[in-house]
Amino acid sequence: MSRSAAPSLSGWRIDTYGDAAIELRCAEQIGDASSARVHAALAALRAAALPEVDDLVPGYVGLTVLLRDLPRSERERVTATVKQIVAAAVEGADVAPHRCVVIPACYGGSSGPDLAAVAESTGLSEAEVVARHVAPVYRVAFIGFLPGFPYLIGLDPTLAMARRATPRTRVPAGSVAIGGAQTGIYPVASPGGWHLLARTHARLFDPDHARPSLLGAGDRVRFRAVDAAALAESTVEIVDA
Amino acid sequence: MLEVIAPGPLTSVQDLGRPGHRALGVPIAGAADADALRVANLLVGNSEHAAGLEFTLSGPVLRFSGPRVIALTGGNLDASIDGEPVPGWRPVALAAGSELRIGRVVLGARGYLAISGGINVKPVMGSRSTDLRCGFGGLHGRALRAGDHLPLGRSESASGRSLRRKRATSQRRFVAASWWVAATGDLRGDVAWLHVLPGPDIAALNPRVLRVLRSGTWIVSRDSDRMGLRFEGPEVPRVVVPEQISAAVLPGTVQLTPDGRPILLGVDAQTTGGYPRIAQVIRADLGRAMQLKPGDRVRPVLVDEEAAEGLRRLRTCELERMRFAIAMRLAED
Repeated sequence: MSRSAAPSLSGWRIDTYGDAAIELRCAEQIGDASSARVHAALAALRAAALPEVDDLVPGYVGLTVLLRDLPRSERERVTATVKQIVAAAVEGADVAPHRCVVIPACYGGSSGPDLAAVAESTGLSEAEVVARHVAPVYRVAFIGFLPGFPYLIGLDPTLAMARRATPRTRVPAGSVAIGGAQTGIYPVASPGGWHLLARTHARLFDPDHARPSLLGAGDRVRFRAVDAAALAESTVEIVDA
Repeated sequence: MLEVIAPGPLTSVQDLGRPGHRALGVPIAGAADADALRVANLLVGNSEHAAGLEFTLSGPVLRFSGPRVIALTGGNLDASIDGEPVPGWRPVALAAGSELRIGRVVLGARGYLAISGGINVKPVMGSRSTDLRCGFGGLHGRALRAGDHLPLGRSESASGRSLRRKRATSQRRFVAASWWVAATGDLRGDVAWLHVLPGPDIAALNPRVLRVLRSGTWIVSRDSDRMGLRFEGPEVPRVVVPEQISAAVLPGTVQLTPDGRPILLGVDAQTTGGYPRIAQVIRADLGRAMQLKPGDRVRPVLVDEEAAEGLRRLRTCELERMRFAIAMRLAED
């Protein structure tokens, strides 16, 4: 496929975020198209390594650029530079090849205490819920909320479920869960309002590792259903797509 | 080596935090009142980035195995060395075997202790800060406990030499400098005024709700911590708080939760969120905001960019003046 056909990134909206950051937005809807644009802008800004920029935070439909403590005039100058860099960023360029990470997970029972409730509310059998959850190749839109927590795109729409009325005070680490039209994995124990379908032993975040987060924006993710006995020995597979 | 005799309610190793990893969901952590830790470090001749201790509402009891220079900053404190009261906001040279007892934080919520040489725990992702929520960095990723031993760095700075000599040649357990610096940020007053700029999602809110949020006096609630301050306050008109597409949130961001209460995010807060971001506390007020404790009253003051810039300059100048004054004093001492 020819790279020259890739669209350039025009049409970004840029706003101030207090005196701490600037925010760029390219769409109003979550999807692969907006994610691709966000990832391209992220890659271009990383490559530019502007000294005035403290951090970059990608989201579903935009990107937040945290600035150092700068006078207002300097912030305005950096904003103009960021605008130029993002406008010149090209989708697909400078983006590392996608990895596909296959994550073993044990569905239902004590590993997925909400599987039965999800089955009942969707009118599907438990086996059918599992089948529909392991079928897609999910895309990591971004990592956020907790260290290593992936926001995944690609959930089967029949599995979308409103969040629990009362959040759990403690969701165990490794829980694979559904919240709204999203699915994700809790890297550490945390309070949470999502429905717990399964549990994995995959270590999503290790601060002592050279690459602390198992997943990164743009990665592909698949789940592989394993039974409770096999979970302990099962390992994450990483295949370059 | 520093031995923890009693930890206090929440004492942790903190430096200026772990910036640059928010795309991995990693919060900045670090000292909640960063300027207070900066000044404490400068007073003992450390780099501003050295790790010290942050304690909350009340402080720890510590024993020093060797002679060190220390400084206490942050909220106003009751502290003593071997039973004798010790003043804050200045360098203090203490003898080997000294027991430092830090009592209640009288004004503000958090205090800081810097020690010459710094606390030398292993840096994780570029920082010695403790990420209390995720359990890494600092000492074993947790708050201090009785019986912990903290490694201290070598004190290489020449500053405070005469103070240490004075201490060594006297019979006293410690010698405090005769000079001190003024506290950063004024924590006195009935109501704390926090200057805010409009947040990125302010347009999503009903103007009536905004008016209530702005006109009220808010009381810091008990379930406040380094992740965020929650508030009790005026009845907010019952309207649907529209959930937003998850996007970045920052320390200083004020979100409106579905129950109509604002939450002011702190240094340990999550990196992204879906509640509307209605306001952003200006940088100059962030450290002071994190010195608020349960029961304190807060008034939000909406400012424009120009006013925020004026306040930013004032704070930057104050900090710069303090850096200069401390450097001059330490050179003379």
